[in-house]
Amino acid sequence: MRLNGRFGRFGGCYVPEILVPALEQLEAAFLDAQDDPEFIAELNRLLANYAGRPTPLTRCRNLAGNIYLKREDLLHGGAHKTNQVLGQGLLAKRMEKTRLIAETGAGQHGVATAIVGALLGFETVIYMGAEDVERQKLNVFRMQLMGAEVVPVTSGGQTLKDAINEALRDWSASFPTTHYLLGTAAGPHPFPTMVREFQRVIGREARTQIIEQLARLPDAVIACVGGGSNAIGLFADFIDDPVRLIGVEAAGKGLDSDDHGATLLRGTPGILHGAETYVLQDSDGQVTDTWSVSAGLDYPAVGPEHAHLKDSGRAQYVGATDAEALFAFKALAEKEGIICAFESAHALAHALKLAAEEPEIAILVGLSGRGDKDVAQAQALLGAGLVDEIQAKALLA
Amino acid sequence: MSRYSAMFERLSGEGAFGAFLMLGDPDLESSAALLDAVIEGGADMIEVGIPFSDPVADGSVIQAAAQRALSAGVRVADCLELIASLRRRNSQVPIGILTYANIVLARPGFIRDSAEAGADSLLIADVPALEAQPFVREMEQAGIEPVLIAAANTPDETLKRIANLSKAYTYCVSRAGITGTHAAGQFDAELIDRVKQAGAPPPIFGFGISKPEHVRAALDSGAKGVICGSAIVNLVSRRQDVASFVQSLKAVTRNDSMAE
Repeated sequence: MRLNGRFGRFGGCYVPEILVPALEQLEAAFLDAQDDPEFIAELNRLLANYAGRPTPLTRCRNLAGNIYLKREDLLHGGAHKTNQVLGQGLLAKRMEKTRLIAETGAGQHGVATAIVGALLGFETVIYMGAEDVERQKLNVFRMQLMGAEVVPVTSGGQTLKDAINEALRDWSASFPTTHYLLGTAAGPHPFPTMVREFQRVIGREARTQIIEQLARLPDAVIACVGGGSNAIGLFADFIDDPVRLIGVEAAGKGLDSDDHGATLLRGTPGILHGAETYVLQDSDGQVTDTWSVSAGLDYPAVGPEHAHLKDSGRAQYVGATDAEALFAFKALAEKEGIICAFESAHALAHALKLAAEEPEIAILVGLSGRGDKDVAQAQALLGAGLVDEIQAKALLA
Repeated sequence: MSRYSAMFERLSGEGAFGAFLMLGDPDLESSAALLDAVIEGGADMIEVGIPFSDPVADGSVIQAAAQRALSAGVRVADCLELIASLRRRNSQVPIGILTYANIVLARPGFIRDSAEAGADSLLIADVPALEAQPFVREMEQAGIEPVLIAAANTPDETLKRIANLSKAYTYCVSRAGITGTHAAGQFDAELIDRVKQAGAPPPIFGFGISKPEHVRAALDSGAKGVICGSAIVNLVSRRQDVASFVQSLKAVTRNDSMAE
């Protein structure tokens, strides 16, 4: 390896020996591509003319406080994920691979991978927990419509982490022809670094845009954290600025319940899916099940750079419950005419809290995705009265 | 002399037969009996898995075994006790642990406890040579031998690193993939030569050993032994006799010793 792949004590490359050469090849291809003006130009062309970059920065007109939304929901594919699948897709071409594999939870990364598979002409196979396949039929059909094969994973809890396990197993046998297009800034080196660099465009644009609109930096930058790719992409260009960086994890049914996905807040250091990072686990090191209303935050590990940003104190991590996120989701729709993803609603929920506490500050929120995928679930949950009036008043005060 | 060295010396050219079992599969009591059964069948070395919830290097058979053990409520401490009691019953057979990094990290003193239970070696499936140094240092202090994996695509430079870091034996994987996939490995003599050239510990083939002809092919490639995992675990899952199966494969290593 040419880079050490560490973020403080976290990160590294904890994979079976057989995968090390594949990761070395990927690192070399990535580093060479970063220095290749033609690669950069081709990626930028696709980001602009295919994906729709730059995405706008929208100041909320009606929600209290000074909240600016970085609108990754308007990107082709409906979320920030398109940024990095285009980058990895071009790298896979560069390495002359002919097949892409990916894991997906609710299907967003699977759809993004199917997009790039169709665009760049790869055979594409998506691993998805059998339970998720059942719950997310529409996304399964989207992937199939774009030519991808969806493989239901029946091992373990049949969700995202099991889909990652299965993709890694496939890759152990298929790496000569296959690129594993990992969906977030987690996993073994070089994925956390590479995915951050492909997502850095979010923060780079947002920084320029907010300086244009506000004539200064924001006071706080807030993003949701599941694996952490949209957050690290938004944070990256603000790391050296005097700006508060806040990551919002899924507090699910409450941080003190067993049903959450708050890895940084409630996990302990461990090694999962190739990296040393925070992991939700029992005292024996068995990985525990997670819960969030938002499938994209329902993951028992987290990108290792976030683990480092937490331990170094550079970023702060907080939780937003299912109910808080759902409330923010509803408020954004009612007040601003934007239906966001449940994941992004976690970031917004914390922004609303902060705006209530410190009304004068400027807050930049990563609106990582649009909410079409969540509308049916929202209808059911709002009908069941998950957002109560007392909470609503407290948040909107 | 370590138990592995003593075993290789005793076998003097006859191939070593390693039997793999998942500890606690299907439950603690059966697991203890199965360990005795594979020894009775003639296994020269015992490799034991400590179950992990997310075993990425393993195929469906071993995964299912880990899941059965975890579902039965088996804890890491129970596994260490199974090893300790086997060691009390048998002072000579080398016992190697195969597990994952998170299991090692989660229990302070895991490596020391494993050594004290009487295990001779430790292979951490998701720790490649690149990341092995700190684990190896701790193993050396505790007196348990590190085992690393060499695959057909492992470059010579890494094999040299494996030679420097590991002891006991070198776990060789001649084809891409995970444990227990159906196609038998093409037992790659070139890998065995390169492992020997690099001065790494004795090469033993794992992955894809389920029939007598696999044992023969693996030993013909120059390997010093084989480890049979998924085929044995499959029998466990069907509650079938493992001792006679081990016996039938072990017999091949004796016939084959003439070729050496």
